[in-house]
Amino acid sequence: MILRLRRFIDTRLFQLRGPQAGPIVLVHRKLYILPTSHGVVYFLVLLLMLAGSVNYTLSLGFVLTFLLAGLGLNGILYTFRNMANLRIAATRPRPVFAGERAQFVLRVENQSSVERFGLEALAPSGEVATFDVPANQETLVAIELPAPARGRLPLGRVTLQTRFPLGLFRAWSYLELDVACIVYPRPESPAQPLPPPLSDHGEGAASLVGNEDFAGLRAYHAGDSPRRIAWKADARGQGLLSKVFSGRAETQLWLDWASLPAHLDREARLSRLTRWVLEADAAECAFGLRLPNQTIEPAAGPGHRSHCLQTLALFERD
Amino acid sequence: MTKSLDPRNVTWMALSMALVMLPHVERLPLWISLLAVLVVGWRLYVAWQGMSLPKKWLLLLLVAAASAGIYLSFGTLFGRDSGVALLVVMLTLKLLEMASLRDAMIVIFLSYFGILTEFLYSQTIPTALLMLVGVWVVTATMIGLQWRGGAIRYQDSLRLSLQMLAQATPLMLVLFLLFPRVQGPLWGLPRDAYAGITGLSDSMSPGTLSQLTLSDAVAFRVQFQGAMPKPTQLYWRGPVLWYFDGMSWHMGISFESGAPSYSPGAEAFSYTVTLEPHDKRWLFALDLPAKLAPNSRFTNDFQMLSITPVRQRMRYEMTSHTSYRLGYEGLTSFERRRALQLPEGYNWRARALAQNMRRAARDETDMVDRVLGMFRTQQFFYTLTPPLLGEHPIDEFLFTTRSGFCEHYASAFVFLMRAAGIPARVVTGYQGGELNPVGNYMIVRQSEAHAWAEVWLEDKGWLRVDPTAAVSPLRVESGIAAAIPATDPLPLLIRGDIEWLRQLRFTWDSLANTWNQWVLGYNPERQFWLLSRVGLDRATWQTLATILVATTTLITLMFAFAMLRRLSRRTRDPVAKAYRKFCRKLARRGAPRAPSEGPADYAVRAAAQLPHAAAAIKAISERYIKLRYGRPRGGESVRELKRLVAELKV
Repeated sequence: MILRLRRFIDTRLFQLRGPQAGPIVLVHRKLYILPTSHGVVYFLVLLLMLAGSVNYTLSLGFVLTFLLAGLGLNGILYTFRNMANLRIAATRPRPVFAGERAQFVLRVENQSSVERFGLEALAPSGEVATFDVPANQETLVAIELPAPARGRLPLGRVTLQTRFPLGLFRAWSYLELDVACIVYPRPESPAQPLPPPLSDHGEGAASLVGNEDFAGLRAYHAGDSPRRIAWKADARGQGLLSKVFSGRAETQLWLDWASLPAHLDREARLSRLTRWVLEADAAECAFGLRLPNQTIEPAAGPGHRSHCLQTLALFERD
Repeated sequence: MTKSLDPRNVTWMALSMALVMLPHVERLPLWISLLAVLVVGWRLYVAWQGMSLPKKWLLLLLVAAASAGIYLSFGTLFGRDSGVALLVVMLTLKLLEMASLRDAMIVIFLSYFGILTEFLYSQTIPTALLMLVGVWVVTATMIGLQWRGGAIRYQDSLRLSLQMLAQATPLMLVLFLLFPRVQGPLWGLPRDAYAGITGLSDSMSPGTLSQLTLSDAVAFRVQFQGAMPKPTQLYWRGPVLWYFDGMSWHMGISFESGAPSYSPGAEAFSYTVTLEPHDKRWLFALDLPAKLAPNSRFTNDFQMLSITPVRQRMRYEMTSHTSYRLGYEGLTSFERRRALQLPEGYNWRARALAQNMRRAARDETDMVDRVLGMFRTQQFFYTLTPPLLGEHPIDEFLFTTRSGFCEHYASAFVFLMRAAGIPARVVTGYQGGELNPVGNYMIVRQSEAHAWAEVWLEDKGWLRVDPTAAVSPLRVESGIAAAIPATDPLPLLIRGDIEWLRQLRFTWDSLANTWNQWVLGYNPERQFWLLSRVGLDRATWQTLATILVATTTLITLMFAFAMLRRLSRRTRDPVAKAYRKFCRKLARRGAPRAPSEGPADYAVRAAAQLPHAAAAIKAISERYIKLRYGRPRGGESVRELKRLVAELKV
């Protein structure tokens, strides 16, 4: 019942239609404003002052009371203006591991010549980020959310609010931005040793270390490890080149879901595979990933690493 | 929300509180002011040293001790003065308890209330200005409290506060003029609500009026319609005193039974009196009034009494006849007894003198002339600082000291008349008035307080006799400042010898008069008068409320429209404008700026996409970055950027 009421309020009163792609502009009908508890007290005090002015026939008391009443009403306009026409877009968040905190960055742009002060972004988790946006500028606002489980962590509904300038009114708007953080599975701890690498021909184990004979240079591709870049060649002005090692190409490491002990459940397997991906990447060796009905061919470098981690993160989630 | 308060915020709160409290200091007991200073200093020390606030029990102890102190100082906790003292103490102690934004807001609201309490004592223009500054600073402090994003910049919150208050002014005016006024009070006022108001009282003893004369406070102002009476006709009738106890004169019983027989002379003056509140019932009018002010009645000795004490400034239209016959149809035996009453056993020499003079006089009129002649020809002096009188004041005055103020002469004159068997009484009021050429009205001050006598003669009725005029004709013809020796203390404002000061004073009083008439004296009657002027003759409060709501809404909507228009209008920043134009140009060529792209990244990509314009793109972007994020911003480089964007060909 309460849930239905809540949904009714959300869709009818606040006209929330789920996350929206692209930037949100706070046009007037998306902004709401109500007095704060301080505002209610303020107007009660004014009533008291009015009664006092009538009782003692204080003309200047009337002047003061009415001036403050005008100030209060003016406060509505100022608070409303402090939020109106802001343009808010989310940037793509950096992936994190489960158990860490995901950081979402909102870009709040003020295209007017009016400075905005004392804005607050309320995360769904209840955390508050306070910021100003100077005239004709933009401010980046970081919102942190705990990321307890792997998968896609949507930002959810952010409340942008302000009480500026008087604190008597609160203007707010609900932002439902279509942005999510990829949460990788939590790496297993303590780490289990990597599975033995296989030679290209599949004939038993081969050593991971050694055999790294320099084989030559080739053009840099995005994703190549920075450690492999021939910096000297770059310094000579030959552009970015990556070193190729012969031994490496022949030893291949497969991180295989099926080869894990049978007693491990799905999350434990993903956790272990995640740890192995990190270790293999740190050791700078090429590795492949085999999951049920999904295989990533062996490769190396940060691009490959994030591809593998993302696959693990979203395994049976999307 | 429970963010601790910034020391700068605390400092500003202390400052705004000091502004609110300052005018109260002169009226508060010294220990309260000292306590306030001490507590504020303590709070500032705590804030800047980052120490913790005092414990709850200590605060409770302080509150209890201060309340006890106030009770001891004032004898009550529920009066006007003790209430204000309580507010001051609680406000300062609240500062000591203030830890969160919520507490701070309570202090702000109490400060606004503190400003209101100042108006209980004074509503003059300087007070209004000082309190306006108070509202400004308190509001700025409140804005500073909300500013939790960046650093607190008080010049900004002061500016914003001023701007918001200025914009609230039209609304304030509408509310002030149209808000349905109810005549107070709504509930009982504390007994000391009108303490400290000067004015005439219902008794007179030697020194009463000369004390009053030292005050330059305005008693009332008069605007004449048409001709003005001569200075010697300016007798403003007030309390009439019948009963003499040997030292002081008292009203005794006065009957509010309607006026006695009265026939006015031909000469009539019409005027409007604006009476300052004096917490008594007398309404002053030129001797003698021909009609009643609203809500008032005449007594049998022609005092005009308001139904209720005059506690607000009050206006009434009046007509007076300066020549008249009063009570010529005869005295009742009761009146005659009262008009001849004298205390037994005092002032023997004066009694003997009166009886001797009466025997020598041809008739009663001659007796009056003889006494006045004595004052005129013998060595009597008119002074503000007469010697003190002892047990037989009339004897001592007539035979020994021979110098006195109007109350001495009036008192001695009436005494002699009564001792000679002529019914007589003392009339107090004001004599004279100063014409303000700036506003063309007359100011009557407390310093013009005066006492004269009335005697009752067969067939003539009550006649006004001013013995002071016999001693010092200047007093009546030219006013008190001319009559008093220059060595006597007189308020600076009523001395006439400094010309520019006089001019300044007239201008100031004219301003104060307008202020009184239109701001302080704006009451239900004025409101209806104003509404009838704009064609709303029988405005009910419903009509008033409708107009009020409509006007308020209209003004608010106009402001809202103006403010939001300013917001939605595209920015006037030329740099941003030029850059947007640049982006639009590139977008038309298929290289739009991605939402996540900074200007540097965008320049690299756009240059790669549009190689023929690469140099121009690079130049414009560099210039833009320098203007946007760099330090100095000259008009020349902005023009250069605009030129480059205009010349860009892609």
